[in-house]
Amino acid sequence: MSDAILAVMEQQEGKLNRMSWEALAAAQRIGDELSKPVEALVLGEGVRAIADEVAASKLACVRLLEDPLLKEYTPDAYCLALREIIAAEKPYLVLLPHTYQVRDFAPKLASGIERSFLSDCIGYRVEDGSLVFTRQLFQGKMNADISFTGDPPYFVSVQAGSFRADQVATGGQPAAVESFSSKIESGKVRTQPLEKFQEAKRTVDLTQAEIIVAAGRGIKEQENLALIQKLADALGAEVGGSRPICDNGWLPMERQIGSSGQTVAPKLYLALGISGAIQHLVGMKGARTIVAVNKDQNAPIFEVADYGIVGNLFDVVPALIEEINKAKGQ
Amino acid sequence: MKIMVCIKQVPAKDSTLRLTEDSTWIREQDLSYEINEPDAYALEEALRLKEKHGGEVVVCSVGPDRVQQVIREALAKGADRAIHLVADGGSRLDSYPAARLMAEAVRREGFDLICTGLQSDDLGFAQTGVVLAELLGLPHATIIMEVQAEDGRLKVKRELEGGWFQWVQMPLPALLTIQSGINKLRYATLKGIKQAKSKEIRRVIATELGLKAEELAGRQKLHRVYVPVKTKQTEFIDGSPKEAAAKLVEKLQRDARVL
Ligand SMILES: Cc1cc2nc3c(=O)[nH]c(=O)nc-3n(C[C@H](O)[C@H](O)[C@H](O)COP(=O)(O)OP(=O)(O)OC[C@H]3O[C@@H](n4cnc5c(N)ncnc54)[C@H](O)[C@@H]3O)c2cc1C
Ligand SMILES: Nc1ncnc2c1ncn2[C@@H]1O[C@H](COP(=O)(O)O)[C@@H](O)[C@H]1O
Repeated sequence: MSDAILAVMEQQEGKLNRMSWEALAAAQRIGDELSKPVEALVLGEGVRAIADEVAASKLACVRLLEDPLLKEYTPDAYCLALREIIAAEKPYLVLLPHTYQVRDFAPKLASGIERSFLSDCIGYRVEDGSLVFTRQLFQGKMNADISFTGDPPYFVSVQAGSFRADQVATGGQPAAVESFSSKIESGKVRTQPLEKFQEAKRTVDLTQAEIIVAAGRGIKEQENLALIQKLADALGAEVGGSRPICDNGWLPMERQIGSSGQTVAPKLYLALGISGAIQHLVGMKGARTIVAVNKDQNAPIFEVADYGIVGNLFDVVPALIEEINKAKGQ
Repeated sequence: MKIMVCIKQVPAKDSTLRLTEDSTWIREQDLSYEINEPDAYALEEALRLKEKHGGEVVVCSVGPDRVQQVIREALAKGADRAIHLVADGGSRLDSYPAARLMAEAVRREGFDLICTGLQSDDLGFAQTGVVLAELLGLPHATIIMEVQAEDGRLKVKRELEGGWFQWVQMPLPALLTIQSGINKLRYATLKGIKQAKSKEIRRVIATELGLKAEELAGRQKLHRVYVPVKTKQTEFIDGSPKEAAAKLVEKLQRDARVL
């Protein structure tokens, strides 16, 4: 029984997902506090180099799981392989980054062995020797502290940005890479992944914009986007939007900011009538200065805003346009 | 195609949330409710598949009696019948209890396709659909933005991060978790609302499914619910819209130097 904290590192086409390092940072901190060994797991095919890269971190070992059926991600193959290694190594806690891929397989993995999966956690504390995790409810408007009941292994995924990748501790010497051979039967893999592609036409590059004015569902109707455009014109800014605005076809997909759209880092980002769901925040919280206008003073967007105006955007934005034009006229 | 859609009733988006005195949940009596957003898209997708391939659309919701509101709405939009699995707040922790109830209730129905939303707006587990697939032994795919059904197979478009997509093929029966924006939602018609009144809503309690309370227990313990403590110092600018706008512009010029 290894009792380890196991961080599952996500790679696609031989590249590590950045969020994996955040999960590893979390695993190291928890391992320290509980005095449990920390291990990392890399799975795929032909991914030895990634295991070696991860082995520079302070770890008890890196577990390398290679199989031709793991070359392309499928939930069936991933779960079969992971189930085997978990049964063999019996970790205490399996930590994963809360990526789209993890959302796709982790609930299946955990429930398949009658264990529970605490998804999208933003923090933890140790209370009387056991772990209590924090996760968000109501799209970030509330938090809840939750612990596991029953037996390990426990499964936890961590939200993007909750732990810092640059805090991963490196080891004195490379950790051992332990290969594990799985026995996945190809007949058990039911889904067949086909090509990956990007759809949005790139006519504008928001990643290069210095100022972005972004509208959310608070804008209510498509016609009202003219007001946002007017503000953008006054500022010499590009217009962006939250997902529902692009889903409605009010703005083209290429102007969607967030986890499934663009990640931007302008000098100034104005969020108008955007609540601040995590999937939006990950796309814009790198902006140097963030201004939010929202009628709800508890909207999570204010968690990242430098300046906030609590009010009706239909009153604030016209006033803002006027003041900007005045200031620029000087 | 015989299709099931899992719909969850969640607090309406603009709700003001207040905690209960013991800080273990929010005060439900103050709330109004609506259908979980991606579930509305899942229903729409199912109705479109039925229009194209024929068959039946059955909606299923787990919760107290108030969830009949979203069930009626789904029936009015064109679902053929509904299953209401009666459960109280116990299912709010952990995705397992709701998934287990649904699995037992529909195991013998023989659905070709089950559609859920990708995530609930209140609990946000992003798990219930995948757990249900596992309990029923079905293949699944998540965060789906297009569904093509042909010759007993599915070809679906999965959303990946950062504007990427991937096609995935799978056999039926299968389970898909649907992403918001996959289609354009329809409104219920007056005729639909009238017809809904005569459609079947099968009300089922756990013991009728042979499930004991222990079998529906989650594997998590909730300690406390609370309003997050702000960690960032946001400078709130007040005054009339005009005053606030003027102050903001000044700050952006002087302090942030971004104008
Ligand atoms: C897998 C996945 C990927 C996703 N990807 C993305 C993504 O890339 N980008 C993205 O944005 N979202 C994404 N989402 C959706 C995300 O979770 C939220 O649902 C979405 O960001 C909400 O958009 P919103 O803030 O515009 O709308 P809402 O959450 O409805 O917020 C509207 C806000 O406007 C305010 N408001 C209303 N009226 C006014 C007014 N008159 N004046 C001022 N304020 C007003 C309200 O108080 C509220 O805060 C994704 C979700 C999932 C599950
Ligand atoms: N109580 C419920 N009743 C019906 N469907 C549910 C319920 N809870 C979750 N679901 C379905 O599972 C999806 C994912 O929910 P969650 O795992 O809570 O994020 C939702 O979009 C619904 O389609």
